[in-house]
Amino acid sequence: MSAAAAVSAAPSTFRHGVHPPERKGATDALPIERMPFVGEYVLPLSQHTGAPSKPVVRVGQRVRRGQLIGEPVGFISTALHAPVTGRVAAVEPRLHPNGKTLPAIVIETDPYDSQRLPAFAPLDPSSLPAAEMVERVQLAGLVGLGGAAFPSHVKLQVPEGRRVQLVVINGCECEPYLTCDHRIMVERPDAVVRGTAIIRDRVGAERAIIGVEENKPDAIAALRAASADIEVVPLRVKYPQGAEKMLVDAIFHREIPEGGLPLDLEILVNNVGTTAALADLFDRGVPLIERVVTVTGPAVARPRNLLVPLGTPLSAAIEHCGGLTREIRQVVLGGPMMGMAQKSLDVPIIKGSSGILCLDRATSVPFREFPCIRCGRCVEACPIFLNPTRLAQLVRAERLDDLEAHHLLGCFECAACSYACPSRIPLVQWMRLGKALLRRRKEAG
Amino acid sequence: MSEIVASVTVMTGLSLVFAAVLAGAYRFLRVEEDPRLEVVEDLLPGNNCGACGEPGCLAFAQRLLDAELAPGKCTVADEATRVEIASFLGVEVGGDEKRIARVKCAGGLSQARSLAHYRGMDSCRAAVLVDGGDRGCSWGCLGLADCERVCTFDAIAMNAEALPVVEPELCTACGDCVDVCPQDLFVLVPESHHLFVQCNSPLVGEAALFPCKVACDACGRCALDAPEGTVEMVNGLPVVHYDREVLPTPAATWRCPTDAIQWLEGKQFAEPEEDAAPRKQRA
Repeated sequence: MSAAAAVSAAPSTFRHGVHPPERKGATDALPIERMPFVGEYVLPLSQHTGAPSKPVVRVGQRVRRGQLIGEPVGFISTALHAPVTGRVAAVEPRLHPNGKTLPAIVIETDPYDSQRLPAFAPLDPSSLPAAEMVERVQLAGLVGLGGAAFPSHVKLQVPEGRRVQLVVINGCECEPYLTCDHRIMVERPDAVVRGTAIIRDRVGAERAIIGVEENKPDAIAALRAASADIEVVPLRVKYPQGAEKMLVDAIFHREIPEGGLPLDLEILVNNVGTTAALADLFDRGVPLIERVVTVTGPAVARPRNLLVPLGTPLSAAIEHCGGLTREIRQVVLGGPMMGMAQKSLDVPIIKGSSGILCLDRATSVPFREFPCIRCGRCVEACPIFLNPTRLAQLVRAERLDDLEAHHLLGCFECAACSYACPSRIPLVQWMRLGKALLRRRKEAG
Repeated sequence: MSEIVASVTVMTGLSLVFAAVLAGAYRFLRVEEDPRLEVVEDLLPGNNCGACGEPGCLAFAQRLLDAELAPGKCTVADEATRVEIASFLGVEVGGDEKRIARVKCAGGLSQARSLAHYRGMDSCRAAVLVDGGDRGCSWGCLGLADCERVCTFDAIAMNAEALPVVEPELCTACGDCVDVCPQDLFVLVPESHHLFVQCNSPLVGEAALFPCKVACDACGRCALDAPEGTVEMVNGLPVVHYDREVLPTPAATWRCPTDAIQWLEGKQFAEPEEDAAPRKQRA
């Protein structure tokens, strides 16, 4: 196809975007460490995009590590598994990283158990029928580990009449500070390559490409050494390259239509962490019970890349990294650009949490807003060519029809506009407010 | 000289032609309008608030003339005005009982635990998008005054506890605060419905009281004390029924450990002076 010609040797990228300081130095050379088990794990039933899982355990019941504790409700939903062997202490509303109080399964760790994983039967992806494979991925609770936590099996189920020609694996990790995907690519290139091959064969794609930003030369080298038939494409370092629309633009210079998916261009995009987890599922039968999280930032004593069981409280992970320094001002779950500031450290690490970022006085500066000086930097930053300052004015005036006409709903809240704004207008918060207003109006009918 | 004469002539001629067109349009294209419409519209308050369900006062006046609505539907006009409109149109005043906006949360600054400092935009609707706001309770008032700003009638004022206090005299039940509140805390309650639950948290027991001292902990005493069937516990909160055979009485509030259920006459939320001498001490 024509896109093939576009893949050239020189690092390519998408148009617009920003390049914030990378600040990955604290953790990009640290190997992934397994975090010791803690006393209690909190597993919100809604850790993914779609309907919350339905609990299948009772309070007081003993559960084994890797046991199914929540089952999917409908197709756009996924399963949930016990991250430790222990006892179900409660099924009750707990604070969720999104700030709401939502139902969660609380598991008390059994301190006398070895926490050895029960022997799961590996699956053979080549002999498994397609429908069963999709179901197995759903029952393994696999979701996109890049941040949006979209159930992976939905992507593997190519809709009737559509096809996928290209599988793109997203190893950009364009958010500053975060290094979890980087370390997975360096330490487990075989799993990434194996997972890529499984996805490619499942959807019947001709080619698979792994896109990696060129600030991770060791990851590019490791992946190239591990793969024979999968291309590894270096990309120029720029934010938000890890957004799937931008990644497709960066590699193939083709745009995904507003409201569309990469599938519209016969492309499937998956994150490297997800791909490695998929390989684990098929080769070792292990469901998604843990993930790699980068605990970093100037206000944490010893930044690390941790392999943590899902449901670990932020406080426990931070404690394991030496605790917070006195300079702490803000703890963000996720990266500095798109992550969510947390009001409580009791919230658990969930499937979509890629990093715990501890910011200090110097890095978390309260903004003072100045009027827009019409410099146009937000327009130049916006990767999807919106006019953020105009949109912010329209939100302020609550002109909802105009917001739709100006394509607010295309915005994926990358915050490049806020980053670029010299007047420090919280543009992305305006965008989010505008989207919330549109959503509310739609619900009201 | 001739240019001046020519231009004056042409301009005069043009204006005469246009005047004739306008006069003709006025005569032949005119839409007959009920003369009462203007009178009624002038009598109405002219706030265009939408409380009656119509897009504005003119549309409401039209519905009045068509006898589809009663003048009493206008909650903004005072009683004298409504009677005047009704007598002018020769209809009943009609309409429903006056309603007041009430707030389903009493978690002010000193009661509801704040877990963090919110430094973003000064708006509840924006704050709720940042980790659900700074409060420990996910259902309560954020205190950033979106309702105060949206109220056309200056009926809402934030008190020292950062809680919105609705002035019943000024409230016209237009519903703007109901629409604007991201936590859906406002309800329009008929004036005679005094028993009201000032909490929106479905949590039960300690879990409810940890984030907020005045939360309903779903102990259910109000439901037991109230006349049969008037108070019912649903999803961790009491629901007051005013459509049963008996009406609720203040008895429902007597044993409430957190004062979450209130017998309201007039404004919500006691003034701080009164608050200094608590009626009950919580263990």
